[in-house]
Amino acid sequence: MNLKNIFLSLLFIATSLTLTAGDTINGAGATFPYPVYSAWAFNYYRATGVKLNYQSIGSGGGVRQIKNRTVDFGASDAPVKPAELKAGNFLQFPAIIGGVVPVVNVKGLKAGQLKLTGEALADIFLGEIKKWNDPRIEAINRGLTLPDSEITVVHRSDGSGTTAIFSTYLSVCSGDWSRKVGKGKSVNWPVGIGGKGNEGVANYVKRVNNSIGYVEFAYAKQSKMTYVKLKNKSGRFVEPSFEAFKDAAAGAKWNPDTGYYLWLVDAPGDGSWPIAGASFILLGKEKPGVNRRVVKFFEWAFKNGDATAEKLIYVPLPKLLKSSIQDYWKKNGID
Amino acid sequence: MIDVIFREQNVYRENRREHCSFPACCFNSGRNMSKQNLTDYKDTLFRVITFGAAMVVLVVIVGIFVSLVEQSLPAIRKFGFFHFITTPIWDPVHEVFGAASSLYGTIVTTVLAMAIAIPVSIGIAIFMTELCPNFLKGAMGTAIELLAAIPSIIYGMWGLFTLAPIMGNTVEPFLQHTIGKIPYLGSLFSGTPLGIDILTASTVLSIMIIPFMASIARDTFMLTPQVLRESAYGIGATRWEVIRNVVLPYSKGGVFGGMVIAMGRALGETMAVAFVLGNKHQIAHSLLDASATITVTLANEFTEADSNMYMASLFYLALILFVMSFLTLAAAKFILKERSAP
Repeated sequence: MNLKNIFLSLLFIATSLTLTAGDTINGAGATFPYPVYSAWAFNYYRATGVKLNYQSIGSGGGVRQIKNRTVDFGASDAPVKPAELKAGNFLQFPAIIGGVVPVVNVKGLKAGQLKLTGEALADIFLGEIKKWNDPRIEAINRGLTLPDSEITVVHRSDGSGTTAIFSTYLSVCSGDWSRKVGKGKSVNWPVGIGGKGNEGVANYVKRVNNSIGYVEFAYAKQSKMTYVKLKNKSGRFVEPSFEAFKDAAAGAKWNPDTGYYLWLVDAPGDGSWPIAGASFILLGKEKPGVNRRVVKFFEWAFKNGDATAEKLIYVPLPKLLKSSIQDYWKKNGID
Repeated sequence: MIDVIFREQNVYRENRREHCSFPACCFNSGRNMSKQNLTDYKDTLFRVITFGAAMVVLVVIVGIFVSLVEQSLPAIRKFGFFHFITTPIWDPVHEVFGAASSLYGTIVTTVLAMAIAIPVSIGIAIFMTELCPNFLKGAMGTAIELLAAIPSIIYGMWGLFTLAPIMGNTVEPFLQHTIGKIPYLGSLFSGTPLGIDILTASTVLSIMIIPFMASIARDTFMLTPQVLRESAYGIGATRWEVIRNVVLPYSKGGVFGGMVIAMGRALGETMAVAFVLGNKHQIAHSLLDASATITVTLANEFTEADSNMYMASLFYLALILFVMSFLTLAAAKFILKERSAP
């Protein structure tokens, strides 16, 4: 009786697996958008019966897998360069926006009290600014008393899109940083200790007094960390918020001809938060049938997924960008 | 005694039966022959299967080695061997890679973990075999085995959330105020105590390897013949003298073997170390500095390694670790053989 039940249920699972196998979209790549993609996938499955199987193996792995065409789409936190898009015969478009927020742990400092510029941030991460009461920091923060203690820098130890966005921002703001360190998913950090993942960095920053680190916007918001105000391109000090990220995305010049290749750092606009980035989707150009199914999913997500994304503290794409992407799909033969 | 007699009777009976059936055997020799063939065939089959199973191990090892070499070829060509293992720079942006910092971290954390774990686990083993009251033996043995069964990620989380604050707030400042004041030796404890450093990583590692060392040492101590022990006691040796002069010399080989197995685990440990080592590519002079090991570097950077040279360098690191572990085990086997030869 019992055995029979088990057998029957196994049989049921097996048949349902084979039946739905044709209705599954397979994707792999970036870890950062994984929560929102899987939430979308769940809702999409309930709405349409089509499954989306997304494996968050990392952006590097995602690009490699779509290169070998072992998945239907790849996802990358860093945009793939136009030349590489051509070489790999890829289509590329952004799907969701996230940002990076510098967080500090200095006794007496509340969230949003400390103001920094890109140059000062770069100097701290270069180890040039060693103490919190350095004149370069005090010049920006008149009236704020800062301790005479050494800054402990905390960075990511694992390769990540967060680091790519952050180091790109520092490269844009500081010639020194660009020369000595450069930008990438993992870089040769001049100073500091490395934490594994956002949770690692957040934990170190919370634990170590007088420290500074950087985490994803969602992570900073959820764990209520002491974030820093940053000076944007228009010269205003802004707080990290949904609006600030949306402004950054809306003000940027997205170009479909280069596969939307863009680092969303130091974006123009009065309210723009300067350290943001989109997470991208990669498709194999020569497979219109597969692509149509993938695109259908994202079309649905663009239309119905904004609330889900915001609940998970991701920033949905601005409307103009969405319609531009839909044109891009049409232009490349995907309905 | 009764058992033996009983067994002999059985054998006798069986022999008789065989003898009895012998004439009958001639009549159906064909059938019996095929039976014989079948057993032969089964024997061969069995031999082939077991041989195959044994070969799988060899094939897998050689296969891993070959694929590691193949994947790391670009890095081997670009950086060479001595240059690679002596360069402390790990710069993915400019594609300059060297293994020195990771090698240093691997060796230092392992050696330090061994230094902490060896005395503790030998102490545990001695207590459990020689001194422990009987009612405690079972409980303690189980506790130690349980310690070995905890997945390493749990050690990592415990290290990060529980041990690191204790180390950073209490233990390390204390060490700085005591040992840190001694010239030369004190420089080992310089810097800001953050609790995320070589010392914490080694402590976590040592806790992870203690169960291996302790239970192997305990088992070998128990193998010491009771006669030897009792003779020693008989000629008036104290408990300490028995342990020092009888038990320890007798079980040297086993204890050493346990150490090597534990060292193998320490060399290859990843998750626990990744949480508490700080993962920084530098040759740190202080035990309170962050560092990185080979396995941690691989675990951290493999998923996002986007350039070919980066990937090849990671494979090169893996190859070095593979050879290192292999050589350690080989050396240990060799030493054990040398020791047990006479």
